Amino acid sequence: VERWVTMLQGGNLAQVQHVVLILSGKGGVGKSTLTTELALALRHAGKKVGILDVDLCGPSIPRMLSVGKPEVHQCDSGWVPVYTDAQKSLALMSIGFLLEDPDEAVVWRGPKKTALIGQFVSDVAWGELDVLLVDTPPGTSDEHLAVLENLKKQHKVDGAILITTPQAVSTGDVRREITFCKKTGLRILGIVENMSGFVCPHCSECSNIFSKGGGEELAKLTGSVYLGSVPLDPLLTTSIEEGKDFIQTFPDSATFSAINSIAQTLLTSIQNP
Amino acid sequence: MADIPSDAPQHCPGTASEQAGKTSACQGCPNQNLCSSGATKAPDPAIEEIAEKMLTVKHKILVLSGKGGVGKSTFSAHLAHALASDATKEVALLDVDICGPSIPRIMGLEGEQVAGLSLCLSPRYVEDNLAVMSIGFLLSSPDDAVIWRGPKKNGMIKQFLRDVDWGELDYLIVDTPPGTSDEHLSIVQYLSSARIDGAVIITTPQEVSLQDVRKEIRFCQKVQLPIIGVVENMSGFVCPKCKVNLPPTTGGAERMCEEMNLTLLGRVPLDPRIGKSCDEGKSFLSEVPDSPAAAAYHSIVQSIQAYCLSHVTREESAG
Repeated sequence: VERWVTMLQGGNLAQVQHVVLILSGKGGVGKSTLTTELALALRHAGKKVGILDVDLCGPSIPRMLSVGKPEVHQCDSGWVPVYTDAQKSLALMSIGFLLEDPDEAVVWRGPKKTALIGQFVSDVAWGELDVLLVDTPPGTSDEHLAVLENLKKQHKVDGAILITTPQAVSTGDVRREITFCKKTGLRILGIVENMSGFVCPHCSECSNIFSKGGGEELAKLTGSVYLGSVPLDPLLTTSIEEGKDFIQTFPDSATFSAINSIAQTLLTSIQNP
Repeated sequence: MADIPSDAPQHCPGTASEQAGKTSACQGCPNQNLCSSGATKAPDPAIEEIAEKMLTVKHKILVLSGKGGVGKSTFSAHLAHALASDATKEVALLDVDICGPSIPRIMGLEGEQVAGLSLCLSPRYVEDNLAVMSIGFLLSSPDDAVIWRGPKKNGMIKQFLRDVDWGELDYLIVDTPPGTSDEHLSIVQYLSSARIDGAVIITTPQEVSLQDVRKEIRFCQKVQLPIIGVVENMSGFVCPKCKVNLPPTTGGAERMCEEMNLTLLGRVPLDPRIGKSCDEGKSFLSEVPDSPAAAAYHSIVQSIQAYCLSHVTREESAG
């Protein structure tokens, strides 16, 4: 009966104010890292945030948020998300939680992935959230189509943030992701250039390891908003590796400032469509 | 088409069909579980056709990761260049990253699309003895997105293996997308009757990569794909001004290889000139031949060659 009530009330996303997809097309550009950091920044700004991790083959978010391997419980409305703190300010659902063995490979073909993502979208009891961020794997395939189709059925999707790194090899894939967004009617909230310069923590010398300027050029070329760039900061990398809250540890860093600025622009954009 | 029993429900797709047990018509059919398990499917004739095609290919190497952005395509491209530097060897590079085909750019073949001939499956040649195939060549614009679900991607991979005229090859290198999904299952399945020498696994030192790479290794074990070894890419960056180096937090690839009883083929340091070469479609090995990274590549390539040759010898002496 409870599930029917939930459905009649608009489903599990009924009290989620905004849904934003984090996309790339290219692998390894920092989608999961930035999803985590933006979530933490939004929480820092007093928002209730959720993260849905639909990277079934490579679920990275649980480790980044140091939630370990909690048991996922069912309630009357569906799966209860995992909360990173007692205040329940940051909720997370990832297939990582459903695996017995963290090294176990999810070797599924498209249809099975599509089915699970459908469940993830409709059967997680998010409750009240200001923003739900959806982390995706690289590509333009089953997972992306599934999450978009299922979200559209239940809820309006505010749009997507596209992550790239500066090199042409990355922007080349992200251009295709932009086409995906246009073809599926998904609003592009903006482009973020990640790993934009490496700042040595010892001497502050900035090296353009992965070239520079590609993100901004891509935004111009495709008529998209450029949200900003985030440097390749070894302190952030270590923080992520260890599942620590970078924002709490390094609140004065240029990196946090960059992430925060992007988070604020994002909020403005989704609150004033 | 496929086998439809006399007492099958209406619109039964056939027990040997790809859709067996999976369509809405299958709901409630007592055979549904058996059909959807794949037990009733006839083996794909393409597997034998591909095995036939692959008889002229001496060595087949898959480049895998599990994690995106660790340098699979970069490594595949440079492995191809290195092997082809011996003019007596015929080498081909097949890019099965359907959604994010990077190989055309990295091999300097961007703009090699032949407009209007989208069915043309002739490989493009970087050198006389180095051929490349990628879906990138079939797209008419750099903005074109390949928004395909699994079955369509599988069909493309089948075509790449069966319908491309590879000719006589010493080495076929297959670059894959990240993950453990359709593309990976398909490539292993379609090559199941043709011997794959093994897989080279690429990782970076961070746990966020190793986490995914362990899954890929499990995948290889599950499908009985031999692992030639692991390459640790972007292995340390030395600041040009001072000498900071970021150590891996969980022992990097070395510890993972020890734990999983695999060979660490080598470590390639993060050299910004590698990325630049890739963007420009040039071989880093030719552009900066005296760098530590180039030396690392050559050493790794030699190990891979040694592995491939030793396996041929073993098979020949066993047969």
